[in-house]
Amino acid sequence: MFEYCSDPATLTGLKWLGCFLTTGTHQNFYWSFGTVLLLLAITAPAALMFGFLGATAARSHLPPLSLIGRTYIAAVRGVPDIVYFMFFVIALDQGIEWTKHLFVCPDLSQPVWSGLEFKVCPDAKVPLATSAPIWHKIYAFGTAVVTFAIVFGAFAANVIYGAMQAVPRAQLETAEAYGMSQAQVFRRILVPQMWIYALPGLSNLWLILIKATPLLFLLGIQDIVYWARELGAAKTSGNNPYPHGDWRIFYFLGLLVFYLAFTRISEIVLGRLTARLSHGQATAAGEAMRKAAVP
Amino acid sequence: MSMTCWETVQAYGLRSLGIGERLLPREDYTICQHFTLIGSGLIWNIYFGALALAFGFFLANALALAKANRSAWVRKPAEWFIFVFRGSPLFIQFFLAYETLVLLPKSGIDVFGITVATAWTTKAWAGALFVLFLNTAAYSAEIFYGALQSIPKGDLEAAEAYGISGWKKFTRIEWPTMLRLGWPAYTNEAIFLFHATTLVFFSGFPAFQQKGDALYYANYFADKTFNPFIPYPIVGFYFILLTLALTWGFGRVNRHLNRHLPSNLKAKIRLRPALIR
Repeated sequence: MFEYCSDPATLTGLKWLGCFLTTGTHQNFYWSFGTVLLLLAITAPAALMFGFLGATAARSHLPPLSLIGRTYIAAVRGVPDIVYFMFFVIALDQGIEWTKHLFVCPDLSQPVWSGLEFKVCPDAKVPLATSAPIWHKIYAFGTAVVTFAIVFGAFAANVIYGAMQAVPRAQLETAEAYGMSQAQVFRRILVPQMWIYALPGLSNLWLILIKATPLLFLLGIQDIVYWARELGAAKTSGNNPYPHGDWRIFYFLGLLVFYLAFTRISEIVLGRLTARLSHGQATAAGEAMRKAAVP
Repeated sequence: MSMTCWETVQAYGLRSLGIGERLLPREDYTICQHFTLIGSGLIWNIYFGALALAFGFFLANALALAKANRSAWVRKPAEWFIFVFRGSPLFIQFFLAYETLVLLPKSGIDVFGITVATAWTTKAWAGALFVLFLNTAAYSAEIFYGALQSIPKGDLEAAEAYGISGWKKFTRIEWPTMLRLGWPAYTNEAIFLFHATTLVFFSGFPAFQQKGDALYYANYFADKTFNPFIPYPIVGFYFILLTLALTWGFGRVNRHLNRHLPSNLKAKIRLRPALIR
């Protein structure tokens, strides 16, 4: 990074630390924070969408659709979510490869699951063995994102379903009395009003989602936990220009501070958002704001 | 040579504690083996959950009272403790604790001439239990603190009108009411603490001689058979049973705490998802 870093053995003190903290592997470490943020940026809206679909399905008047929605919501309640993480990441991968296997493989006579193997023809591998390493990384990250979205979608569905039930009946009945159709009531009255009821639950879910991101490590992604372990492990002078002892404790301390700061900032932002959304709502908070605004 | 299911249970039923067959199954991978070994691992989940909950309950009460204290010297440390453990991932807490514990001198620490051994602290049964204990104490303390704040004003005024005050008011009125109000949320905390115990063997703490928890063995089978569709649903099945048992047990306590109230005022336990911490 810096010019004087060319010969680390001669460095001391802060200069050594400066060079040490800007090595290529450390830059990978810093980029992996981007991976975490990217995961959050994709997963949060995806989970919200899954949640919305799940809750809408659960409210449906069609029994099979309602059953699907309810099952989705109930599924992640009694079982540790980490079981789902570990399950989905393999199941998704196998599901994708199996589907591709049905289309691209010439010989479908052999069973895919035989004994202790899951075997598809080379053409059906995702990504192909010949693909660039970057595609393998993207694929692994993609399955992780979908897994997160499915699991958190179920939780979001639970929150949104509750919020939809919490919108005062009178609001919907008034809309019906004005001659709105079911779809119109849903679109114009129910959905705009439910957010304030969903917000406490969704805020909580966002904080939980932040705290779930280190699980990327379990899904085989080179995330911040992976790099903290790699970089912190003791290095001898034989294999590394920057030898040091076991420093993992400092790296994990750094991660702890990162998460604490992230959750704290989120709490503050969500607090402001709640205040804004309470504006003009038929809730205690909204009523208090209305009274405060009257001179 | 394949074993009958009963033989499998005898060989692996207590495998997670190191009793029985030393080698894990390397062939067949029957449903019976799945159920036996994963069930054996569940012993550890129950161990971690039950002990952390039992010890954590007392610390949580102390923390909740400290957080409600008027003096900043008492309040601030409690607030920080709760913030650190609730604001960061349990997964990172496990790693941090483990990396800290391995840095303790291997030969032990000298305290007034007596050597205190340290090696045992890096073992999951001690180290991970300690982290779970602190973690659940922080979450429960926040629940109890919230409950303490929502004790009806009238109850306290009534107590004072009867001449009950100070410590007696606390033990007779405030503490029981706090427990009663906080109990439904505390039930959820207990359930999700048990769920959180599945993280232990995936977060730094090694499973010594392949003695692991339910998820550890499920992962073992999934790695061997490349079939996630059997072992993980079995873990799920066991945890649903565990969740039902907990809900029942805590429900009994809840009934006891609400026994003096008319039925329409009794608090109901609703299972609310809290996910990972």
